[in-house]
Amino acid sequence: MAPTPRQAGAAGTDGAGELTAHSLSEWDAHALEAAVGLGEAHDDVTVVTATVGPPAADSVVRVALARGADRAIRIWDDRLAEPDLLDPRLRARLLAAVADELAPTLVLTGARSGPEGSGATGVALAATLEYGWATVVTDVSLDRDAGVVSVRCDREGNRTELVDVSLPAVLTVGTGCTEPRHAALGAVRAAHRADVATRSLADLGLDPVDIEPALGRVDTADRDSDVTLFDGSPEAAAADLARILRAHGVDP
Amino acid sequence: MTVLTVAEHRDGRLRDVSRRAQTAGRELAAANGAPVHTAVVGGDTEQFAAELACDGVDVVHTAAEGAVSSHDVSVQVLSQLVADIDARVVLVPHTPTGLDYAPALAARLDWPIVTDAVGLGAEDGLTVTRELDGRWTTLTVAGGRAVVTLRPGEWPPAEVTGDSERRAFAADIDDAAVRATVTGVEVIDATELADADVVVAVGRGIGAEAHLNLVFDLAEAVGGTVAASGPPVKRGWLPPERQVGQSGTTVAPDVYIAVGISGTAQHLAGVRDSDTVVAVNSDPAAPIFDTADYGIVGDLFDIVPALTAAVTG
Repeated sequence: MAPTPRQAGAAGTDGAGELTAHSLSEWDAHALEAAVGLGEAHDDVTVVTATVGPPAADSVVRVALARGADRAIRIWDDRLAEPDLLDPRLRARLLAAVADELAPTLVLTGARSGPEGSGATGVALAATLEYGWATVVTDVSLDRDAGVVSVRCDREGNRTELVDVSLPAVLTVGTGCTEPRHAALGAVRAAHRADVATRSLADLGLDPVDIEPALGRVDTADRDSDVTLFDGSPEAAAADLARILRAHGVDP
Repeated sequence: MTVLTVAEHRDGRLRDVSRRAQTAGRELAAANGAPVHTAVVGGDTEQFAAELACDGVDVVHTAAEGAVSSHDVSVQVLSQLVADIDARVVLVPHTPTGLDYAPALAARLDWPIVTDAVGLGAEDGLTVTRELDGRWTTLTVAGGRAVVTLRPGEWPPAEVTGDSERRAFAADIDDAAVRATVTGVEVIDATELADADVVVAVGRGIGAEAHLNLVFDLAEAVGGTVAASGPPVKRGWLPPERQVGQSGTTVAPDVYIAVGISGTAQHLAGVRDSDTVVAVNSDPAAPIFDTADYGIVGDLFDIVPALTAAVTG
């Protein structure tokens, strides 16, 4: 008999941006929805949601619990500092240690954490675990008997690739998947009271040297812009802009 | 420190992001006279090597690994090549294809990765600039070794001059580690949008499908084609062949009018060939204003009808 298949929907995991926002990103919400949807479509599936962050990040996994995840794990340690986790490789190491504990069939992450996200954590996680992977997935079809997950992947230039990946696998989920559900009020209340398991570095068998940051911030600058803005009333600004459009060859 | 740039190809054609990465590699290496190498994996490597040969790139490595690209094969080839030539920095185009293998390459090499870079420096070890918290942020890389994905529009394509040495690289591929297989490809025909002279694109700011008539009215007034960023397409308000951006169409109109579009890097990747970019958005800090030539900060529900009237009147 095959072991009970499990899926870990890793929510709020992607690298660089929104490190202290502690909200479920649009991409992670789609990853969670894909995981919960697979749980509804298949028997014997447990959806585990995991995130990396301090206690304030409990709110992220509680949203996931309210939307259908079965249990939640938050990875944190007083020796970790969120700005030091800029390198997606470090987050991948932390999540890989949890995945080793769970032995999941599938790991689903958001394709990115936000507009500034690195878009790299899921693939780094797959490589760390030596799992197969597929990126910017918009449709997931799981065949556990065949040991394969078949997916559609968004590619540049209006292309969609159809990809078969051997299990276990990591899928990074794009926003073209099924729209995330809203949680029912009762589920939100239950999630608020639910246990969130925590894992420290020692729990995961990791040493601080394993998460030594290689990236440091040295300088910041305003984003540059050469835009000419028109102000005044909507009509006045629109009239100014219409003159520019005509000068650039727009000819109604 | 050898700098290695990685080329990208699709449907038998080299993509221009490959030569943009070469420009970035040459600029980075120029600071300390380091050699620059370029790698191309799979496809018509003979042809691609000729197209990648340029002044300032010492060697083009070709790995003949079949026509169909595989991220598993790319990771194996590139990690072995990096060891072979002792590369310290690997520059990869920041595209869905690049992001499909670069993080795994970094993990395999046990190097840090920085994605969506807009600047590189070699003055005090390796530095990489990317957007963080709404600002350009420069990062130092301890050890000086990293995989970096490059925002394509930030560097111009290198000119083909035929100067580089060509070397065939024979990697040792472990078939058991090839876990993903592309079984098919579907392509949407978006020729009409790609050829449009004027594009009126709508984003999340439009709020609801019922409001799209504002954009169709403006498009009619300016003789333009209606397009969208990702969100209106994902919600099914407009068909996929209308999507502009990395996973949609790259447009090159005379005028691109962005309505209610914040301007993510994924969207702007499809806009950068436009001659003139115009933005209407309520958020003055929206990244679209960094790319726009002209703009109005305000409520699109006031501005767009006024603009339609002003153009028509």
